[in-house]
Amino acid sequence: MPGITREEVAHLARLARLELKGEELDHFAGQLDDIIGAVARVSEVADQDVPPTSHPLPLTNVMRADEVRPSLTPEQALSGAPAQEQQRFKVPQILGED
Amino acid sequence: MTVTELLSYEAALAEYDPVMGLEVHVELGTRTKMFCGCSTELGAEPNSQTCPTCLGLPGSLPVVNAIGVESAIKIGLALHCEIAEWCRFARKNYFYPDMPKNFQTSQYDEPIAFNGYLDVQLEDGEVFRVEIERAHMEEDTGKSLHVGGATGRIHGASHSLLDYNRAGIPLIEIVTKPIEGAGERAPEVAKAYVAELRELIRALGVSDARMDKGQMRCDVNLSLRPHGTEKFGTRSETKNVNSLRSVERAARFEIQRHAAVLSSGGSIVQETRHFHEDDGSTTSGRIKDNAEDYRYFPEPDLVPVAPARAWVEELRATLPEPPRVRRNRLREEWGVSELDMQSILNAGAVEAIVATIEAGADAASARKWWMGELARNANEQGVSLEELAITPADVARVSALVAAGDLNDKLARQVIEGVLAGEGTPDEVVEKRGLKVVSDDGALGAAVEEAIAGNAAIADKIRGGKVAAVGALVGAVMKATRGQADAAKVKDLILEKLGVSEG
Ligand SMILES: [Zn+2]
Repeated sequence: MPGITREEVAHLARLARLELKGEELDHFAGQLDDIIGAVARVSEVADQDVPPTSHPLPLTNVMRADEVRPSLTPEQALSGAPAQEQQRFKVPQILGED
Repeated sequence: MTVTELLSYEAALAEYDPVMGLEVHVELGTRTKMFCGCSTELGAEPNSQTCPTCLGLPGSLPVVNAIGVESAIKIGLALHCEIAEWCRFARKNYFYPDMPKNFQTSQYDEPIAFNGYLDVQLEDGEVFRVEIERAHMEEDTGKSLHVGGATGRIHGASHSLLDYNRAGIPLIEIVTKPIEGAGERAPEVAKAYVAELRELIRALGVSDARMDKGQMRCDVNLSLRPHGTEKFGTRSETKNVNSLRSVERAARFEIQRHAAVLSSGGSIVQETRHFHEDDGSTTSGRIKDNAEDYRYFPEPDLVPVAPARAWVEELRATLPEPPRVRRNRLREEWGVSELDMQSILNAGAVEAIVATIEAGADAASARKWWMGELARNANEQGVSLEELAITPADVARVSALVAAGDLNDKLARQVIEGVLAGEGTPDEVVEKRGLKVVSDDGALGAAVEEAIAGNAAIADKIRGGKVAAVGALVGAVMKATRGQADAAKVKDLILEKLGVSEG
């Protein structure tokens, strides 16, 4: 199994908006390596005749009619928000991109 | 802010060949969101149309909207695409406050529709085929309000406020294959493509596709390569271009900007760019993430969509006549030139004229009223033709009154003026304002005698064979009857009185 590099962990951390310290990068590189190694064992068992499966049940075309159902009230919707203003979710300054 | 260097358009095209890719997002006109039953009604109070599913709360489960899928298939078929036998949704993972789930439910390598084309017609009639790569289903994001910065801009804002009413509204993303060979006409092709797509979407009845309301938005990908080379250059992606004119301007600007960078030995950065309506320029946005950074994977909470072939064929049978074909058919039926048809299109008068003809008017008079008097009126009021206080049936009635000789053009204009002013139907306006052509021979005869007596010199000329001079006498009679006479009849009467026959 090829090892997960420190740089790869740093990249994933950036995508996940996580701030990791130097020692954490090394720590998680090792852990992720173990996880990926464990999952990779599945492909050792699954032969050519076993297709990759995303859904365990053989269901297709589960659809709903285009009919309006009641929504939450704005109060309910906002009840879990750490901060709100003008009946909207308040989030910190969005930096670095737009 | 640094000024962007541009090369002249002509110089840019002399050296480089543009390649474009257009990505259009269409918000469907469904009653509910793509994966939950929340209403999509516009203008509701902030956060009044959300639920655990579209807020991404734990334990909620999405179920796809059947009309969303049906609309996607209709769009795919109208674009001559193949429809997938089986396809899945995928999660596109990225973090941004306008997306409460932290992933967008989209489609990745299994779009519902793929490999199609759309033929678009440029203003001079030339037809250009735009190949379609794919059309896939996804969902819209919420709306952000940036507080504390200048004029709602994100830069300098202290914080942002989110309304998730729009989050989860069905979107269809339509992606072209690279558009090559358009040369200097590339910006025109881009505009014509978006215009044609908009007409098509409306004709399908799946969305109003109002660009000014954000129901249809276009991203313009553009790159240049030196003439005679095959390999594509690095592209820029100008996001959210929201009018037909802007699509054309954005493509043109990027051609000139790329050419300036490349010809001075620089290289283009692969990035998103923002378009500015005020001056038609673009500025740098963010450096684009790679596809693998979105860590797409099949959506486990939604089962695959496998449209039965019988259903697909049923939908194919409901497709309307393609807008370009319909326009050309109408143009021939109406007997107008390409140029006149283009002005009718630009004036947004096609549907009004069609409806007026259906209400019984002939093509020429329907066109004359909508493109003349009514277009001028709409223009003055700053409204669209449909918003005028007159119906196609009213216009057809006016033209019937003219055809029957009850009104002449001058009186007809007054009738239309009255209808627009809310005085009632054309017949009511005729009645109330007393607008009828004077065709009573006795009354006219007196006016004709008077005109001849008062213009003896002219009358002599006519008697002497200068028939063209009759116009002056007709004018005098029309003036005396305050325009309510039938001019053709007046002319006949004068000539008869003077004992002259025409031609
Ligand atoms: Zn919802």
